[in-house]
Amino acid sequence: MLAVAYAFPDVLVFACAALLILVGAIGVIAMKNPVHSALSLIMCLLGVALTFLAQRADFLAAAEIIVYAGAIVVLFLFVIMFLGVDKTQHPHVEPLVGQRWLAGVGVTVTVAGLITLMANSHWVSGVLSVSTGGTALAGGAGNITQLGDSVFTTYLLAFEATAGLLIIAVVGAVLLARRERPLDLDLDLDDEVEGEPSPAPDDDHGTMTPGDLVTDAATPREVSS
Amino acid sequence: MNHVAPLILVFPLVGFLLVLLNGRSLSNRFVGALATGVVALSFVASVVALVLLLHDRAREVNVQLFTWISVDTLHVPVALLVDPLSVTMCLFVTGISALIHLYSTAYMKGETDFRKFFLYLNLFVFSMLTLVLANNLVLTFVGWEGVGVCSYWLVSFYFDREAAASAGKKAFIYNRVGDVGLLVAMFLIFTHTHTLTYQGIFSSTSLLSPTVATLIVLALLLAATGKSAQIPLFNWLPDAMEGPTPVSALIHAATMVTAGVYLLVRMSPVLALSSSGRMSIAVIGGVTAFVAATIACAQKDIKKVLAFSTVSQIGYMVLAVGVGAYGAAIFLMVSHAFFKALLFLGSGSVIHSLGGEQDMRKMGGLAKWLPLTFPTFLIGWLTISGVPPFAGFWSKGDVLTNVFAHDKVLWALGVVTAILTAYYMSRLFVLTFRGSERFREVTHQHDPHESSLVMTIPLLVLATLSVLGGLLDLPWAHGFSLTDFLDPTFGFVAATPTQSTVLQTGLAIVDVAAALVGLAAAFTIWRHRVESPRFEPAFLEHVWYWDDAYDAVLARPLERAARVSNDVVEDRVIDGAVEGLGGSMRRSGEGMRKLQSGMVRQYAVAMVLGVTIIVIYLVGRVR
Amino acid sequence: MTIPASWYLILAALLFGIGAFGVLTRRSALIMFMCIELMLNAVNVTFVTFARSMSDIGGQTIVFFVMVVAAAEVTVGLGIVVAVFRRRASTSVDELSELQG
Repeated sequence: MLAVAYAFPDVLVFACAALLILVGAIGVIAMKNPVHSALSLIMCLLGVALTFLAQRADFLAAAEIIVYAGAIVVLFLFVIMFLGVDKTQHPHVEPLVGQRWLAGVGVTVTVAGLITLMANSHWVSGVLSVSTGGTALAGGAGNITQLGDSVFTTYLLAFEATAGLLIIAVVGAVLLARRERPLDLDLDLDDEVEGEPSPAPDDDHGTMTPGDLVTDAATPREVSS
Repeated sequence: MNHVAPLILVFPLVGFLLVLLNGRSLSNRFVGALATGVVALSFVASVVALVLLLHDRAREVNVQLFTWISVDTLHVPVALLVDPLSVTMCLFVTGISALIHLYSTAYMKGETDFRKFFLYLNLFVFSMLTLVLANNLVLTFVGWEGVGVCSYWLVSFYFDREAAASAGKKAFIYNRVGDVGLLVAMFLIFTHTHTLTYQGIFSSTSLLSPTVATLIVLALLLAATGKSAQIPLFNWLPDAMEGPTPVSALIHAATMVTAGVYLLVRMSPVLALSSSGRMSIAVIGGVTAFVAATIACAQKDIKKVLAFSTVSQIGYMVLAVGVGAYGAAIFLMVSHAFFKALLFLGSGSVIHSLGGEQDMRKMGGLAKWLPLTFPTFLIGWLTISGVPPFAGFWSKGDVLTNVFAHDKVLWALGVVTAILTAYYMSRLFVLTFRGSERFREVTHQHDPHESSLVMTIPLLVLATLSVLGGLLDLPWAHGFSLTDFLDPTFGFVAATPTQSTVLQTGLAIVDVAAALVGLAAAFTIWRHRVESPRFEPAFLEHVWYWDDAYDAVLARPLERAARVSNDVVEDRVIDGAVEGLGGSMRRSGEGMRKLQSGMVRQYAVAMVLGVTIIVIYLVGRVR
Repeated sequence: MTIPASWYLILAALLFGIGAFGVLTRRSALIMFMCIELMLNAVNVTFVTFARSMSDIGGQTIVFFVMVVAAAEVTVGLGIVVAVFRRRASTSVDELSELQG
């Protein structure tokens, strides 16, 4: 039936993409180990990139793989490793009564509603939609040219704003991740002037706490004593 | 044009402002001289105004200064009305004020608030002149309130004394009641004539129906009873004697308390519309004169006697207004200003010489120690008693003659009052200046000393005026008397039937007889006595229990109502409503906070359910 | 004939639903972030699909911006997760309920 209506390669591509996406997504929420979840996320994102490719969004497909799968998921994995939470979480009792049930019903009804909308609405088909007058989307390098034109002309202001947003986000992330140093630098100096040896870093730690990685031995100590 | 009129007002205002703005840098001496000087200049300006007016055929000059209020049909100019009535008032107000200012510079010497005293006094003179010179009721009201507030400040001048502070409050509150009357009168007049200038009102009296006119007259009467201390609002005046004696002389005897009479006289064209209103005025005046005179017979404080005497004399004036004898009322007002100021300043001199003692039982035999105060006081005493040929005889005779032509009962009341007047004044005189010297205890065996020349000069001037004041309005001097001068300003009243010379002479003889009877009675009773319960019944000494009646009828029920509203209405109703509202908010908040679990996933579920509802709605709609 | 847009849209809706369900049921802040990424990608798919069906490059541009914002969001979000983990040695969001009423 499908083969009759649509070209077989297209259907195959869609099927692969759908398989990758759905399996990956379910993996993200079902896996106990966060590392496995992150890996499932990569799989899902590859599927998404595939749909992009299939729909003449070549640049975005590349960006999806580089930025999402390459950068963001790696960041996730880094944090997971860094925090040491890559173990199976202890199975807690769900503290919220009916949370799972409510979530299931809400999501199911919403998705069903969306699907109903898409199946019935004229604006989904694209046939009746009013084209904004743009030229037909080009594939390959043409897509990059079109996207570049759009970003640097029509959406220039938004582009500049995102630049600002990124800077702010980076600065904010640095601030958040930095361990607050107690204002004991002067006291340390004073101690040294008075000839007392500054306390040696604690080397007798059995295990390194994650904090020790970032804060090079500047943890508060009993300097006042 | 009478351009000098604004100057009458400006001088006291300048004095007031100078002292107000540089009071601390000026010496007491300079402040006293300045305050006296500006009032004297004001008097000179008044004389000039009189001369100009006498040369003016119109006898009525409007001096427009500027527009104050102009809203729709309400136009209130700041304008002065210079006519015989206002000029007469200005002359005696500024003249007597100048004398009393001079007297005060010596009397108040050594007071810590010396400058403040003259500050108030100058402001008072300014306000009084505004009241008198205004050409509309609103401006008059400004002056009316101005003198009221100055009176309040000056009565409670020694505000650290409980009695003085509460006397000030009493004066203020009684006056407020009267002020309501003036306001109501203004409202009524404006609603019906759409103007508040005197000339405007008088030219449109035809718009006032008899009922409205009566209401206006009664409202004006209420105003007059407040300011001029008539029944039922006369009680504040005796208490006002807590102020310094010059203040009592100036404000509470000579000038401010006559403002009510002035207002009634000024509104005479409206009074002419309501015979029942005039009758009420006459009755109030006559009864007040009598009641106050009886009370004065039993007072022991020298200033209290004079205060009730003032109430009684103003009662005469109101009585005269009530019978339409406006000229007689003003004549009595002027001569009363002379002799009552004289008596008050004389009593001030006595009190000064005794170091502040006001109880007549602790005086006596002062005649020989006060060589200047004694003869002037003697003149004042004879004047107020109605002994010819002093001013009191003529002015009181003028009033009584007019009353006789109008109403015999009120006339009889007036004559009895005249007897009482002669009696209580003689009692005061005897107790103060004759008899044994009972003051030694007060003065610590020192001899009393006569006051300085600065204080006695005003006494001499006022005594002279009291002697000669009768010349202003001799009954047979037609065409040259005060009454004839004032006549154009008065509204038409049914003409007093002309009385034969024989009748007039007869009435004069009755007056003299009344005075002599009072004198004789007082001398017989008080020559060898200091106090006598038989002749000083408690009923009279306690002012007919008037204050207690007010206390029982008004003050205590009101206090009880206030307590009820405090304990019940405030606590239960108002607090209950407010706290109930707050409590319900708090309880609903307590309930709502349970929604805030702090669980971010729960919030997310709520959000998703919200989205679900929106999607369901969309599905239903797109179909 | 190409695959109709509605197929992709339905696929995106399913992806979105899975992501949303994950956000609602998983307690680990890290997994919740991943689920949010899933939801964002579902939206991206719809944008690209509409861009194709309407022949409008604007849809792809929006996806471009969404990626930028998502990157920023992950940066800050993970920073917060790290900071919280330092205090509590846990990434469970259920323990962060100090602001309850």
